[in-house]
Amino acid sequence: MIIADRKPIDEILDMIKGCNKILVLGCKGCVTVCNVGGSKEVGILASSLKIARKKEGLSVEIDEKTLERQCDPEYTDQIKDIVDNYDAVISMACGVGPQFLSEAYPNQRFLPAVNTTFFGGAVQHGIWAERCAGCGTCIIHYFDGMCPVARCSKSMLNGPCGGSAKGKCEISKDVDCVWDMIVRKKIEQGRLEDLLEVKPAKDWHTARDGGPRKSVREELVQ
Amino acid sequence: MKAGHFAFTGECGPPKGANIDHLREKIAHLKGMVDAVNITDNQTAVVRMSSWAASTIVIQEGMEPNFQMVCRDRNRLAIQSDILGVYAMGVRNMLCLSGDHQSFGNHPQSKNVYDIDSMQLIALVKKMRDEGKFMNDEEIDGPPRLFIGAASNPFADPFEFRIHRLAMKIKAGADFIQTQCIYNMEKFREFMKMTVDMGLHEQCFILAGITPMKSVGMAQYMAKSVPGMDVPESLIKRLRGAGKGKVGEEGIKFALEQIEEFKEMKGIAGVHLMAIEWEHRVPEIAERAGVLPRPIV
Repeated sequence: MIIADRKPIDEILDMIKGCNKILVLGCKGCVTVCNVGGSKEVGILASSLKIARKKEGLSVEIDEKTLERQCDPEYTDQIKDIVDNYDAVISMACGVGPQFLSEAYPNQRFLPAVNTTFFGGAVQHGIWAERCAGCGTCIIHYFDGMCPVARCSKSMLNGPCGGSAKGKCEISKDVDCVWDMIVRKKIEQGRLEDLLEVKPAKDWHTARDGGPRKSVREELVQ
Repeated sequence: MKAGHFAFTGECGPPKGANIDHLREKIAHLKGMVDAVNITDNQTAVVRMSSWAASTIVIQEGMEPNFQMVCRDRNRLAIQSDILGVYAMGVRNMLCLSGDHQSFGNHPQSKNVYDIDSMQLIALVKKMRDEGKFMNDEEIDGPPRLFIGAASNPFADPFEFRIHRLAMKIKAGADFIQTQCIYNMEKFREFMKMTVDMGLHEQCFILAGITPMKSVGMAQYMAKSVPGMDVPESLIKRLRGAGKGKVGEEGIKFALEQIEEFKEMKGIAGVHLMAIEWEHRVPEIAERAGVLPRPIV
């Protein structure tokens, strides 16, 4: 899923300067699962903003709402009757949400309350880690289901660099060296020879490097 | 090396600016002392004068540069155009590296490129040289005839894979290898035994990497803070035991002992001396190591 982190309150306060009536809009998709932008977090942000404004001696009216998803017109449509009642709408969805909303309601301002970080999952309660870089051409079958494009700091495709030490990446002792994991798994399974052929350079045109992407499934297009 | 001479190469970091006086001075210390000078490419991800430009200054000074290129800062377009550029300027040796991650350096905010990795870079230079083609198979008008180098770090993990990675680099096209700084001789002997057993030393020239320790602090820093570096506690103890003012000399003595062993070690074709900001000590080290005068080939 898509992982995000809440922006610092000061940054959000700065965005809403001069706005007196605000809608904080959550999303029940990925950001609810990673505890950053669901209805609970919408309530927390709304309260925090009210308190901060009160401290400054300013009033603000804040409504709260959480959509099923913000990345689908079927659901963004649900605010059509109320969207014009506000000076600004704060979206707590990933970066997709405020963009879909902006396209649907060109007259309104949509502000992001989160920093969208990566595609990943919860490795333990409260900790999420990156697993996919969305490169558009999956090659993890070569590496026993582990992705060096997303998880190696240098996206190396031909083995660990000279900075791999004790299972950790050279950039930080908090980052696992995915190549160490790949090699160990291959050794344990007696299939190290899988890694000994030189892998050619990757074609990045299916990644973001090829420009903004679109996925078309003809059978579904009406 | 092809003539059977024991190779002796040095290293120089380009300046943090366009003032090349200090670079010329450093190069002057190495003249006649080494066969070629590695010119580092934004080493430790700190921005410096480009390695290709500094390599041309080495040529102006009448020496042979070993142009280093890392994959961190350039995509395949820039890589190929720089290769053509350096060759046209007279560079004949190139060391293909991944590069330190930019989070170590002085521009940690920068985008990391890694369009291709060091293995693919080796294969690319070979293709440009031997097939006269770009990566996309288009013909090159005047292929760059470069002597292709690669690095090997026997001390990084997982150790079991290191020998295979060396074999892959040779298969990809490396003509010569320069190793990471060696301090753990026991582990290096083990690595070289595997190298010889696999016959890899017959497929490329392997130069053993040496960086003399200047101080106990430097040894401790390398042991603790440089990933993939293996500095045994016994060496730190030995340096400490040398006493005040004598640690540098002890570091050089250790380096000289290493060179003596490498001269006899099966599979080793030479030494790569990385005397970091100690270029002025290189003539003394070369003299005491008995590698002078350098052969003229």
